[in-house]
Formats: sequence, C-alpha cells, structure tokens
Amino acid sequence: MKLAVKDVMRCVGCQSCMFACSRRSGNAGLSNTCIGVKSTGGISRGYTVIVCRSCKNPPCASVCPTGALVPQKGGGVRLISSKCIGCGLCKDACIIDAVFWNEEQNKPVICVQCGYCVEYCPYEVLELIKDEKGVSHD
Amino acid sequence: MRKELAMIENDTLSRVLYIDLSKKRYFVKDRKDLFEKYLGGTGVATQLLLEECPEGIDAFAKESPIIFAVGPLTGAFPLASKTCAMFKSPHTGDLGESHAGGRSAIAIRMAGYGAIVIKGKSELPIYLSISNGKVLFKNATTLWGMKDGSIAARVMRQSEGGEGLRAIFRIGQAGENMATFANVTTETYRHFGRLGLGAIFGSKMLKGIVISGKQMIEVTNKKEYRALYDQIYKAATESPLMQKYHDVGTAINIKSLNSAKALPVKNLQMSSTEDIGPVTGEEIAKHHLARRVACAHCPVACIHLAYLREAYDDDPYFYKTIPVCYDFELIYSLGTMIGITEPKALLKLIDIVEQVGVDAMSMGVILAWITEMFEKNMITKEDLNGISISWGNVEGYIELVRNISKPITVFLKACAHGVDYASKIYGGKEFAMQFGKNEMPGYHTGPAGYLGFLLGARHSHLDNGGYSIDQKELIKIDLSPEQVVNKLLDEEAIRQILSSIAVCFFARGIYELKLVSEAIKLLGFDLNENELHEIGKQIHLNKYKFKMREGFRIEKLEVPERIYETTDPTGKITKKFIKEGLDYAQNLIN
Repeated sequence: MKLAVKDVMRCVGCQSCMFACSRRSGNAGLSNTCIGVKSTGGISRGYTVIVCRSCKNPPCASVCPTGALVPQKGGGVRLISSKCIGCGLCKDACIIDAVFWNEEQNKPVICVQCGYCVEYCPYEVLELIKDEKGVSHD
Repeated sequence: MRKELAMIENDTLSRVLYIDLSKKRYFVKDRKDLFEKYLGGTGVATQLLLEECPEGIDAFAKESPIIFAVGPLTGAFPLASKTCAMFKSPHTGDLGESHAGGRSAIAIRMAGYGAIVIKGKSELPIYLSISNGKVLFKNATTLWGMKDGSIAARVMRQSEGGEGLRAIFRIGQAGENMATFANVTTETYRHFGRLGLGAIFGSKMLKGIVISGKQMIEVTNKKEYRALYDQIYKAATESPLMQKYHDVGTAINIKSLNSAKALPVKNLQMSSTEDIGPVTGEEIAKHHLARRVACAHCPVACIHLAYLREAYDDDPYFYKTIPVCYDFELIYSLGTMIGITEPKALLKLIDIVEQVGVDAMSMGVILAWITEMFEKNMITKEDLNGISISWGNVEGYIELVRNISKPITVFLKACAHGVDYASKIYGGKEFAMQFGKNEMPGYHTGPAGYLGFLLGARHSHLDNGGYSIDQKELIKIDLSPEQVVNKLLDEEAIRQILSSIAVCFFARGIYELKLVSEAIKLLGFDLNENELHEIGKQIHLNKYKFKMREGFRIEKLEVPERIYETTDPTGKITKKFIKEGLDYAQNLIN
C-alpha cells in the first residue's frame, strides 16, 4: 500500500487530510499530521500536497544517527520512537519535506501509508495504491 | 444559577494574547473565566471589548482595542473556521464586529491562543509575526503605501515561516488612510470586511499579522470524538444543506432574487434588471470560474475564483491573467447596484476593490449614491476630482474607488467615511442606502430583512434571519411587526452561539443547538440546548450593552425613503411596519 497524490489540481486547500492524519491519535488539532497542504506561492496558483513517497532507499533513514528510522521492505520507514533523540537530521534529509515534526514531543512523525487521509479528501486528490511489492508510483 | 463549566485543563483556548503596539510588548493571560461562561468567538470577544475599550473613546485612539477570538470547536471539527474580530467601529461609532475564515481561525488556535487583544499605536509601520509562543514586531515601513495590498501580503509570505499553517492578515491603502469601511484581508480572498477593522489597523500603523502553529487539542472521549467528527464531515460533504455553497456558490441567489424583485439595482431605484443574464452565478461559473478553494478545515470549498484575462493595449500578444474572487454580495454591490451587468467589467472592479482593501458592500453602495447625487446635480465633477461617472461605466468607478481610498477633494474625503456621513453633509439621505450607518447588503426582500439590518447586532444580512423570514414566510402569510421582531431576536440568540463556538453561518443547517451541545461536550463544555440558547441571548444583550454605551439608540435610527418606493417581493415594506417593529424592539431591549 502506498499513499499517492492522484490529482493535485483538484485540491481546494481544505486541509481535511491533515486534520484526519492528526486525528489518528484520537485528539484534535494538527500536531501529529504527516501530510502537508500549502499554497503554491499564493492560493490563486493552487496547492502543493506533500506525502511521503516511501522511498526504497530512504534518505531519512540513511542519516539517522541512532537507527530510529528503520527502512521497510518495499519502501518507506518506521519510527522506533524510543531510539529517536530528536536531532532533526531526517527532516533535513527529506527534500520534499515529507518528514513532519511533532513540536510537542520533538520527534518526527512519519507516514505509515495507512490511507486514513484518503477517506477524508472530498475531491479525490489522494489515493492509496494497492501494490503487493510496494513499488513506487508517480 | 448556571452550573460551572469546566474546560479541559490543558486546552490553550483560554489563553489570551495581549499585545501593546506602543511599548512593543506582549503577555499571555489565562481567561478561563470568560471562555467557560461565553464559549469563545463572539461571546468572549464582546466581554473583552467591554473590558478593554474605554467608554466613549475615539475609535482611532491608541487605547481602542482590536480583538480576535476563536472558539472551542476551532481545529477540532469541520466548518469551525471563523475568527470573530471585535472593535469599536470607526464607521458607525458603536459595535464593530466582523468575521473571516481563510486560515485565520485555525492558525490562531493552533498557535495556542483563544483570543488576541491588540492595543496601543506604533510610531512606525509594523507587522506582527506570531509563532512558537513569541510575538515579533517587524518593520513594515517598506510595505506602507503600496497600491496593491496583495503585494504586501506576498512579501510577508516570502519572509515568514509556517507555510500551510499560517494566516496572513493585511490592510491596503484604504486602511492606511483610515477610510472608515476599510477591511482586513486574510489569505488573499477572505475578509474581516464590514465596519472598518482595516481603518483601526491603519490608525495603529499595523500593516498586517502573520500567525502560525500546529498544536494538539485534547478531547474528552477519543472514540466519541471520531464518531461525531464523521457525522459532521458526512453532513458537510454529502447533505444537500451545503450543496448551494459548494456548487455555484452564494452567487446562485442572483438569479432568484432578481426574478423575485429583491435585488437592488442602480441604488435600489429598481429591484430587478432584464440585463442580469451574464452576471448570474451560473453564467459567471460557466465562462469565468477557474478554481474553487476552501477555508482551512472546511471541505465545502465555497470560495469561487474567476480568472480575468485582459490584453494590454500596446502589445497584441501580451496578456495579464488576474484571479478574482466573486460571490453574491460582490455581484450585487459592485455589479447590479451600480448598473454593471457585464462580467469582465465586474471582475475588474472587484479586483481594484481588493487591491485598495475596502468592504465591497459599503463601497458599492457609496458608488451608487454618488452616481445618483451626480445625476441629480447635487454634486459636481470637481467634487469627484474630475472623474466622469455614470451607471455601468466601470472605468469611472475604478478611478473613483482609487480616489475614495486616497481622497483629495472634500467630497471624496466625506465619502471615505461612508454614505451616512456624506449624505448628512451633502443631502440625498432619502437614497443613501444605510442602516444604522452601515451600507446595505443585497437583500430587498421585505420588512423583516430591513428590521434585521436595523436591529441586528452587527448589521449584516447573515447575522439575522430577516431575509429568510421575508422569503419563507412574509411572502406567503401575514406576520405582525412584533412577531417578526420576536423571530429575529430568537434567531439572533442562536447565531450568537454559532459565532461563539465559532462555526461558519453557512453551516447553520448542520450545527443545530443539539449538535453544538454534543460537540462542545467533547471539549469539556457541558451545556444543553436550552442553556446554550440562554447564553446566546445573554451575548446578544452584552453586545447591545456596548452599543448603547457608545450612543446607539433605536429611536435615532434613520431609514432611507427609497426602501418604501421600490417594489419588493412581499409588498409589505411600509413605514408603519418598520416603525412598529422598531418601537416594539425598543421596549424589549431598553
């Protein structure tokens, strides 16, 4: 399973996906979101939607000094929170800014490709691609 | 006795950020006392205004406060995306209240505040950058005086962090020059539109605010929270209640109000026009709609952006494409009210109004009044700084908008104070379309609408059910003025609650008081429907307390004769009806 942006041109910037992602923890707000929606240089130009592409050889895991980010078979990483010292190197290593940060805990929040956000996108911007091999899709 | 409410201990909603622009200092105070009693938004902002605004003060004095407040549902449930702004209105001299969406509410709540109080006055232009518990006072000298307010916003956007999580408030040239109906724009297309917040910003040399954050909000029961969230989300995305806003948008009302003879045309000399075709919501959508966007945490996406493509005169293959936001009120005020029914002309004028940063309804009504004054030879071309105007002439109106925002002649300076102020000096009161000194919205629906504008706490059509009483009831049956006033006041109580929790009024069909009660319970507020209704009434009375304190009197209200002369759908707009309604309300409220 892999989260993907199906058609960014349909995004209205409602951020329902961001609130959904954060709500997985059970609480409200945005502290735990690991999907991002921002304008592309002003709202009139449309939006940029940032999702983890679950890289096969993830740069975020490569730079982690404590082994807190574990590459997964088929792509992406899992965070072992107890190992994480909150140095933020992973955040800098991700050039699409898909490593999000929980300021309250000072730790990264990493997409687990669960697809909960997809259910809350009213405009079919997002999709969850089913792929046993977890191959990257554009 | 009301029971004690208990907010969730860690909820940052009750944190109020106080900023002093004179001393460039700030502090945070916990105000559970206010939030537990009045929920947030309008309810809390009213109390803060009563506390912070000295009686009888000049709206432009440095002690005059700017208050922003959000509510318990902000950041927790969809459609709770409104920020309530309160201030002493420089336009009416009493209560100034204006609501805006965009990312404003989410950003304030996520930054860890329930309300912000701004006082004092800076000696140089500044903007505020609020994030991570800090307030930075940034030099905005270079942004001051720009003719297009969106450029200032672009500079702030490029200099500040928090992309995707921030709101950017800013004023335009009209605010800097303290036109009393100048607005504050947020996220380019949303506005604290009515009653002159932009002028207060200008008087304090405050060009803008950038605020961001992304914190957690705890709920009392995670499982119930998710279930209720899904219920509301489903209603917002699937129910027909939101369809109207979602598809064609509020502009869909242009066609129906025009055929019902309820749409002001040419300063309400008429209430419909045969030329409406090209500027109906449907037609504009068909030919010009380019994109729909949403406020943060609202899946409805009611904001409609048209793209205006214009050629440059000096180069046949050189075009500019300008995104312009339109809705019902803009098509009315900058369209039919001044005889413009050509969509490109309308969009051009809207763009200029956005650039200078004024309330579109007030500006449209002022332009309409000026046109009639000019037609009747009550003013001269010299008064208009040499500008030629006539109904439907967009180039003249564009010049006039720029001139009113930066007025040179004595007449245009008066116009920058609104149509009530100007008509008291120059005459033409009988067709100066103001109610309680605020220019009218586009609803000539019947007597309930007008009583609503006159008695509503902030003189905007959406703040009272007046236009709806006209269209649903008075058009078919007879109601006494007393019955209408009772209905208006009853509905006001509900709308005070909606703007206190603070949800968008477009969602009023979803957020019935029962649902409100269930939703706020998850944030720690234990109040049933009746208790909420009582709090709503109290908030409305508190607003009246401020209004009366600042000199508002029902008996002093002046009604332009024009409304009695122009056909309306009910045929019931009579002096007798309005007077009886006002007299009855006066006895109730005093």
